Amino acid sequence: MDLILMTLATGIMVGGIYALVALGWVLIYKCSGVLNLAMGEMTLIGAYVSLSFYSMGIPFLASLLIMLVIGFILGILVERIFLDRLIGEPVLTVIMVTVGLSFFFKGTLEFIWGTDTRVFSPPVFSIEPIRFGPIIIGSVYLWSFMAAIILLVVFVCFFKYTRWGLAMQATADDEMAALSLGVSARYVYAAAWAIAFMAAGVGGTLLGNINGLNISVAYLGLLVLPVVVLGGLNSVPGAILGGVIIGVLQNFCGAYLDQFFPGGVKEIAPFAFMAVFLLWKPYGIWGWERIERV
Amino acid sequence: MGGAAAVQESDVILELKDVAMYFGKVAALAGASLRVRRGEIHSVIGPNGAGKTVMMNCISGLYRPQKGEIHFKGERVNDVRPYERAVRGMSRTFQKVEVFGGMTVLDNIRLGRHIHLKSGILSGSIYAGKTAREEIENRQFIEEEIIDLLEIEHIRHKPVGMLPYGLQKRVELGRALALKPDLLILDEPLAGLNLEETEDMARFVLDVNEDPRWNITCLLVEHDMGVVMDLSHRVFVLNFGNMIMDGTPQEVQNNPEVIKAYLGEEDLYATRR
Repeated sequence: MDLILMTLATGIMVGGIYALVALGWVLIYKCSGVLNLAMGEMTLIGAYVSLSFYSMGIPFLASLLIMLVIGFILGILVERIFLDRLIGEPVLTVIMVTVGLSFFFKGTLEFIWGTDTRVFSPPVFSIEPIRFGPIIIGSVYLWSFMAAIILLVVFVCFFKYTRWGLAMQATADDEMAALSLGVSARYVYAAAWAIAFMAAGVGGTLLGNINGLNISVAYLGLLVLPVVVLGGLNSVPGAILGGVIIGVLQNFCGAYLDQFFPGGVKEIAPFAFMAVFLLWKPYGIWGWERIERV
Repeated sequence: MGGAAAVQESDVILELKDVAMYFGKVAALAGASLRVRRGEIHSVIGPNGAGKTVMMNCISGLYRPQKGEIHFKGERVNDVRPYERAVRGMSRTFQKVEVFGGMTVLDNIRLGRHIHLKSGILSGSIYAGKTAREEIENRQFIEEEIIDLLEIEHIRHKPVGMLPYGLQKRVELGRALALKPDLLILDEPLAGLNLEETEDMARFVLDVNEDPRWNITCLLVEHDMGVVMDLSHRVFVLNFGNMIMDGTPQEVQNNPEVIKAYLGEEDLYATRR
């Protein structure tokens, strides 16, 4: 029983981080219709950037802030340089470009930081686990979860209550109409990428704190795909719920199935689940169902 | 066409000089010149595919014409982006309604208001002084002027995607009005409406044009000849990207070339009524 509870709790907490990254992904998709397959590498870039500053002796929060600034700039640059000229091109073209981007990012990262696993040292979060009755949770999970929750709240408030958030919603809904009302779609796209980059970076930094940092964090970042498929590609609450569900699913598979299928069940399970789920509910939990009216 | 030359510069709110737009080798618009005077309803008519919507898209900035100049309020706006044109006082509706389907009627209209908001995050979070005043003024403007005018009080909290087409068109007009534009571009506001809805919509257009509180200059693209001839001060006739004539409704109806190109048989004027 304790194992179930503990697996559940850890799953929820990791899921919070997935939700954060997925939110960035959904933002790009909602605003500009780009299926971004480079999200995993974006998480990795953010993680390496904050690790580098942290290793220089800059406090963790400060390096996180610096990472946010750099992520913001990188996001705008990527949108300006690569995605801007692809507006109006076929979806497949855009997807291929993001695949290319992911290889480009990966190669650049290995070139700069190498392929060895790196850790945040000294550890940012205390190694001492935290106990809630029978449940024992590593403090890094708990802190990451709290950070993810705070950022999720900030994001959601940003969408709902600021003029920029409103402009993004409007552009996502109907770009032509948004243009006619004085909303600049170009700025909105750039802002979506900047925010997605920042969200991915925070997610990557937190993931890097849990397991150490190497290229595999990018695969964790790619878990946004099952997350958003589950929640619905363009649904913000869907991304949050999907993140938590995938986190829990992954941890349960790791805890219970790994003994039967040793190796990578944990990595595969979300994608297998995604395939099955797509058959059953192709629009996700809260995605827009596009019904053709004749 | 005789009247156009006598127009005083200050009266002209929008001027197109020899505007041309090509898609590949097809000239969708082959050098159109148009002067819209302040306070008038200026209609653009022509058969399907004549280039009317292309012309509207050039004016609102969605397309960039390869040739010619567009002047709005005396300034050249060829290189001004669509959203900046909106800020300068140009707003529009679309032939195929473009509303924010997931938002409520009120939110759609409020969104049109957002370019007039000046308060930033700081003053907004304190919600004092200027911000509060701005908020109240805007709310009054939306509730009292637009919603009352368009008679959409009863559906204000409904998501627009759920509404019938005629009401969606009305919401779209309301959203365009929320910008408090100087020039309102209406791209087929009556298309797909039934008789009663057509009459309502025609009345709204007339209201915003004539009511001194609005006094909006309208550029109207429409196929319903009855309404066009009744509402318009001037009518511009387009065919295959070329201007056939620009004159008063009376002149247009009597022009043999227009009748041949568009109105068809003599009494076609009455067909859509």
